[in-house]
Amino acid sequence: MNLALSDEQEFLREAARGALSRFKTLEAAREALDGKDALPDLWPTAREAGWPGLLIGEDHGGAGLDVFDAMLVLGECGRVLAGVELLGHLPASAILSDAPAAAPLLDALATGERRAAYLPVSPPNDVHELWSTDPAHGFDRADAPSAVRDGEQARVSGELYFVPDAPDADLLVGVALLDGAPTGVAIEATAQGVSVEPTRRYDATRSLGHVSLTDAPATVLDAPEQSLAGAWHLAQALIAAESLGSVETALEVSVAYAKERHTFGRAIGSYQAVKHSLTEVLRQLENGRSLLYYAGWARSGCPEEFPLAASAARSVAGRALDFAARTMISVHGGIGATWEHDAPLYFRRAQLSRRLIGGTAGATDRVAGEVMAQAAA
Amino acid sequence: MDLEDTPQQAAYRAQVRSWLSQHAPEAPVIAGPDAITDEDELLAARRAWQGKLAEGGLAGVTWPKEYGGQGLGPIEQVICNQEIGRAKVPGILDAIGVGMLGPTIIANGDDEQKSRYLGPMLHGDEVWCQLFSEPAAGSDLAAVQARARLQDDGSWRLSGQKVWTTNAQFASFGLLLARTDPDVPKHKGLTMFIVPMDGQGVTVRGLRQISGEAEFNEVFFDDVPLAADAVVGGVGNGWTTALTTLMYERVTIGLGSEGLGYSSDRFAKAIAALADARRDPEVRKELGEIACDLTAVRFTGYRTLSALQKGQIPGPEAGLAKVTLVANAIKAGDLIADVIGPDALEDGSEWAYMISFLPGLKSAGGTEEILRNTIGERVLGLPPAPRLDKGVPFSELRAKEGAPA
Repeated sequence: MNLALSDEQEFLREAARGALSRFKTLEAAREALDGKDALPDLWPTAREAGWPGLLIGEDHGGAGLDVFDAMLVLGECGRVLAGVELLGHLPASAILSDAPAAAPLLDALATGERRAAYLPVSPPNDVHELWSTDPAHGFDRADAPSAVRDGEQARVSGELYFVPDAPDADLLVGVALLDGAPTGVAIEATAQGVSVEPTRRYDATRSLGHVSLTDAPATVLDAPEQSLAGAWHLAQALIAAESLGSVETALEVSVAYAKERHTFGRAIGSYQAVKHSLTEVLRQLENGRSLLYYAGWARSGCPEEFPLAASAARSVAGRALDFAARTMISVHGGIGATWEHDAPLYFRRAQLSRRLIGGTAGATDRVAGEVMAQAAA
Repeated sequence: MDLEDTPQQAAYRAQVRSWLSQHAPEAPVIAGPDAITDEDELLAARRAWQGKLAEGGLAGVTWPKEYGGQGLGPIEQVICNQEIGRAKVPGILDAIGVGMLGPTIIANGDDEQKSRYLGPMLHGDEVWCQLFSEPAAGSDLAAVQARARLQDDGSWRLSGQKVWTTNAQFASFGLLLARTDPDVPKHKGLTMFIVPMDGQGVTVRGLRQISGEAEFNEVFFDDVPLAADAVVGGVGNGWTTALTTLMYERVTIGLGSEGLGYSSDRFAKAIAALADARRDPEVRKELGEIACDLTAVRFTGYRTLSALQKGQIPGPEAGLAKVTLVANAIKAGDLIADVIGPDALEDGSEWAYMISFLPGLKSAGGTEEILRNTIGERVLGLPPAPRLDKGVPFSELRAKEGAPA
């Protein structure tokens, strides 16, 4: 039994913290909300650190690490609201790594010379029987892209909304239904029939794009279906890790303020109401951390439980960040709800993150389906 | 990162499993249609089974060898618990004695106490109970009022009341925290005693809970004589001695929470059996959130084990797992009663029992509110609320409360 971080993992995390500390990411996040082109380009830093190749094998120039290592990096990004475009790149690289046909694509992605974005298509569960995508608007899941064969290649059509990191991607990687069967596809972003419309919602640090595909030429990926579903769950685990990183900062900042701010002759953190709210943030954070360990272990240690582990982590982390951000605001009093403070930036991050890639609610529903399926087995 | 045994642990597991497969037929049946129903017979059978477990090295796993234990670590204790659960046989009867009170005597008792009491405790020949909490001293345990007065001959006389005392109805001895000096601040005037439960002036009364069952007792002491050598850890050192017990209590609860049976699997099975419920979005949302948290508790347990394995002692933050566990079991009971309807509340239903048990469990081992204070202060470093009892002699505190000390 060993769920502790290895020395290498501690080092990876510290290095990520150090690398990101060179940028004023929070100031940039605030200014970007005003429409200024203020966000630092963090991709060169990511390349220097080797993050684009985290999940790509060493034979292709990657680091050959696993999801837990990637989650550590995402957690550090979340701590300072750094918009490093890994949420799209890493799940895409995971599908490609599982497809022998994609081998020639990997080297440039491992170094970060080229960027990939994952087109999120959710695998079926016990209620939704089809592969589906997030809709442009509203509540109902939308159809997965479809593909038709064209010689060795395929041609893909479909719409994908709010795709993380799509605007800067060179390669779009996802799932399309080819003769009704879920099939991995890789599409050059500059190819004919591809349009990526950058979009923004509420949190300026999050790069999003609407992707429209009309008979777009695609490389057919011979990745197994488990890998296609696995990319979805990987994205859930990564956004969970990123959210928990943000919870850490929200808690640290709130605790520090509760120790120094006095009312009625004593520090506000000595009042039970404030203390219990902050302890509740800690409780949710610790639950989320435990589930990150579960997800980190399950992806290779027990793959059949990875959907449960990653979805549970996503669900807890999403709700934890919302609670942590709201607590951060209320502990700081009125100033916490103004742009004088960083709390609104974490609040904005919490609100948007919970609605992307199937949403926290979708992850919670998948947990219910998974535990009932396990119990019936 | 892995969840597997080390080769050494695997060898220990195999050894325990082999002992159990050989001796399981000798274990008493305590649940199901073939269960022993006569209470005295059941008690005798469980005592005897504890004796066999002790002989096999499956009781007192972490006790030093010189006191009949195995001298192993908490991981081996967990492995042993897991294997006992897997073999579907009862564990030891006196988990409180062996898990918490014995280690307290080992740490604080004198040689005579160790040689007199530890052996019979380990083998189930003498069951023990923990006499700490009182009606007005629970979370604020140092406020105990049970009073032991020193006699001229060096012996003591004890009067007062204890409560929440598991196993008192058949215990031979209790470890009791009493006030011996009311004129010093409250943590200082306490002393720990070994009390014979068959002593003159000891009265045990069952305390029925919501379910109707009496899992706890109230114990009354009316001028009970105690010999001078009943003191454990020195006169006036009762608080330090109690802290040893409480630390072992945290470890015991932390390692034993799986044994409560509040798993997402069990709750999911109940919901999944109802076709309409399993597809209902609201039910799924509720079940999903419950399952997330209970799964988190399971992995928090593994994190605690990893820390124990490295020689770290679990801190108060392990208490957050208890908060999560109880809160979600309550939500699960509520959800299941919603989907099943009144039949879930039928006498004898497992859900009625669970629903009845949980409101009390919320305060067991310290109320949730006090736990959150402790964690806020010890883990997050938040300042404590101002206290009015620091440095004040206990008798003055009691006088302010309008009661005699």
